[in-house]
Amino acid sequence: MNTSEILNVPEATKVAEDHWTEVIKPHTSLLDLRLGEIWRYRDLVIMFVRRDFVASYKQTVLGPVWFFIQPLLTTITYVLIFGRIAKLSTEGMPMLVFYLSGITVWNYFADTLNKTATVFRDNAAMFGKVYFPRLTVPVSIIISSLVRFGIQLALFLGVWIYYLAKGSAIHPNWPLILLTPVLVVIMGLLSLGLGMIISALTTKYRDLIMLLTFGVQLLMYATPVIYPVSSLPPQYKWIILANPMSAIIETFRYAFLGSGSFSWLNLGYSLVVTIILVMIGTIVFNRVEKSFTDTV
Amino acid sequence: MSDTVIKVEDVGKLYKLGEVGTGTISHDLNRWFAKVRGKEDPFAKIGEMNDRTAKGGSDWVWALKDINFEVKEGEVLGIIGRNGAGKSTLLKILSKVTTPSTGRIKIKGRIASLLEVGTGFHPELTGRENVFLNGAILGMSKAEIRKKFDEIVDFSGVERYIDTPVKRYSSGMYVRLAFAVAAFLEPEILIVDEVLAVGDAEFQKKCLGRMKDVSINDGRTVLFVSHNMTAVKSLCNAGILFKTGQLAFRGTADQAVNNYLQQVDMSQKKRWNWDNAPGTAEARLLEVEVMGIDKILFIEKAVNIRFKVQLSETVINDRDINFSLVLYNQEEVAVFNVSTHSKKVSQQTIEAICHIPPNLLNDETYRVRLLLVENSSNALFDLDDVIAFKMEEGYRESEWHGKWLGVIRPQKLIEWTY
Repeated sequence: MNTSEILNVPEATKVAEDHWTEVIKPHTSLLDLRLGEIWRYRDLVIMFVRRDFVASYKQTVLGPVWFFIQPLLTTITYVLIFGRIAKLSTEGMPMLVFYLSGITVWNYFADTLNKTATVFRDNAAMFGKVYFPRLTVPVSIIISSLVRFGIQLALFLGVWIYYLAKGSAIHPNWPLILLTPVLVVIMGLLSLGLGMIISALTTKYRDLIMLLTFGVQLLMYATPVIYPVSSLPPQYKWIILANPMSAIIETFRYAFLGSGSFSWLNLGYSLVVTIILVMIGTIVFNRVEKSFTDTV
Repeated sequence: MSDTVIKVEDVGKLYKLGEVGTGTISHDLNRWFAKVRGKEDPFAKIGEMNDRTAKGGSDWVWALKDINFEVKEGEVLGIIGRNGAGKSTLLKILSKVTTPSTGRIKIKGRIASLLEVGTGFHPELTGRENVFLNGAILGMSKAEIRKKFDEIVDFSGVERYIDTPVKRYSSGMYVRLAFAVAAFLEPEILIVDEVLAVGDAEFQKKCLGRMKDVSINDGRTVLFVSHNMTAVKSLCNAGILFKTGQLAFRGTADQAVNNYLQQVDMSQKKRWNWDNAPGTAEARLLEVEVMGIDKILFIEKAVNIRFKVQLSETVINDRDINFSLVLYNQEEVAVFNVSTHSKKVSQQTIEAICHIPPNLLNDETYRVRLLLVENSSNALFDLDDVIAFKMEEGYRESEWHGKWLGVIRPQKLIEWTY
């Protein structure tokens, strides 16, 4: 804490009372995000990440293998339903690799969003008893989702290399593959920003939680996960492209598979939306974390 | 002069009663609009004092209002008051779990609060993992925990199970481990909320000992909220008393406790009319009263229980009547059963007083069962729960602050050769 917080103490008493290490007040300024505090609690972030992993796979026989099974089964379902039955276009790509690429990327976004959006509700008991920077929880969620994403990405790369070796219609754009970390960062921040806004609002209006579960599911259909952007009628294309996730999935596919299209403009748009959402999210989150125990 | 480490200035906390989240959008907009124009919160004005027993007209209530006090370095401050007096709200504000609605609190030094032990314990994780997780939540770094790990495990006494998931722990082991982590926090200011009401007697003793260590030997500042007046009196050197959200008293711990005990009237009285009085057609209980010397029922003082019974015409001058009283504690153990001699009565209403001598009962809540017996064999009535009363401890000579075991506490009645 800094001494600037007690500036409005009358001059005479200020000299004597300059040494307060902390001042608890009804409201603090919006921009006081105390990021330094999160850094001090970095051990806690790591502990939360560990907890998420250890706790979710204790007492399961297959353990982390579930990370593979889940996207694999989803992909197979999509191949059967959207590929074989509905016969949606995959732009000539092998169905397995086409759907798997979309699912891998989408899962990261959806996982992070779903979890960050319920941070206050899920941790109400803990938040109500001890103070620590609340932002540590969403930050730890991003990190643990990232690890999960890494594992699923490895699965995707395995399938991808198989098709590459088989000589299918895949034409990777090698330089763009280097953009993958950037895509991951944008996605992570996007889901964090959105998640924080929703989590802050859900402390008061629980309705949003109801909306969230199927909202995320519906949002997937507004994102080119199971279809390529090129298959859209031109007059509706902009709706899909207005979704900041669209450019990310398109770029990912374009880089690894050579299908679809890539535009810096679309990716730049995603980046701008992300930055705005993260800023709003952090401010709203910080505001709510101080008083949420009274409303949850 | 010692330094002030906590300075509470005009702190207030406003709560909304009833449902949160229904129909509040309009309120929210209203408040927001008022704030934009730089006006006072329109709903803050209609806040009332917090008295949960009285029915108020407003939806907004001050859980705390105009609280001002200072805590000096090394002071061990007991915070007491009835349920809902605002103690926990104050602790929550001090621990930064929630913010005050008005005023400010200045703090010097690192604060750690124990509003509960074992916060964030995850049932699937092992004891070891939970020690690290819980320690981190309480603000310790990994290195700090590692350094103290052996001490923590040692203190908890669950060494054998440290690599077992805590969901397999008994609740006692769970609490021991949880408290052990908390006990080795090293803040300059420690806030403790009634966590001592857990564990078995041996462990409670250990916890209180540890608290005493922290406060007296290490000279740290402790804020201690408790309903255990004995613990407050023996651990704290200062006390504040809250009453319906306001500071009612600030002084030494002893003064605060006595002040608190005075405000609760523990003498009990119940009265009925013949129509609704408990009993049978032949005899009914009209009045029952538990009387101490003061309003407070101290275990060192005598307690009198008075009964008033009305008899029907058929009973008067006809049969031998006697009273029989059974006292139960909260665990439904019958503490004793005493009765009067049997005699014929000539009046319609009769009275009996049972004198319980001083230094017999423990500091517990007791329940009275009353029987009226005719001819030493047949019960005219048998009323299981006529009244209950709570005994308080007045003072204690020994260093030990835990609960004395036993349904009674005849410390002064039983003699030793020693």
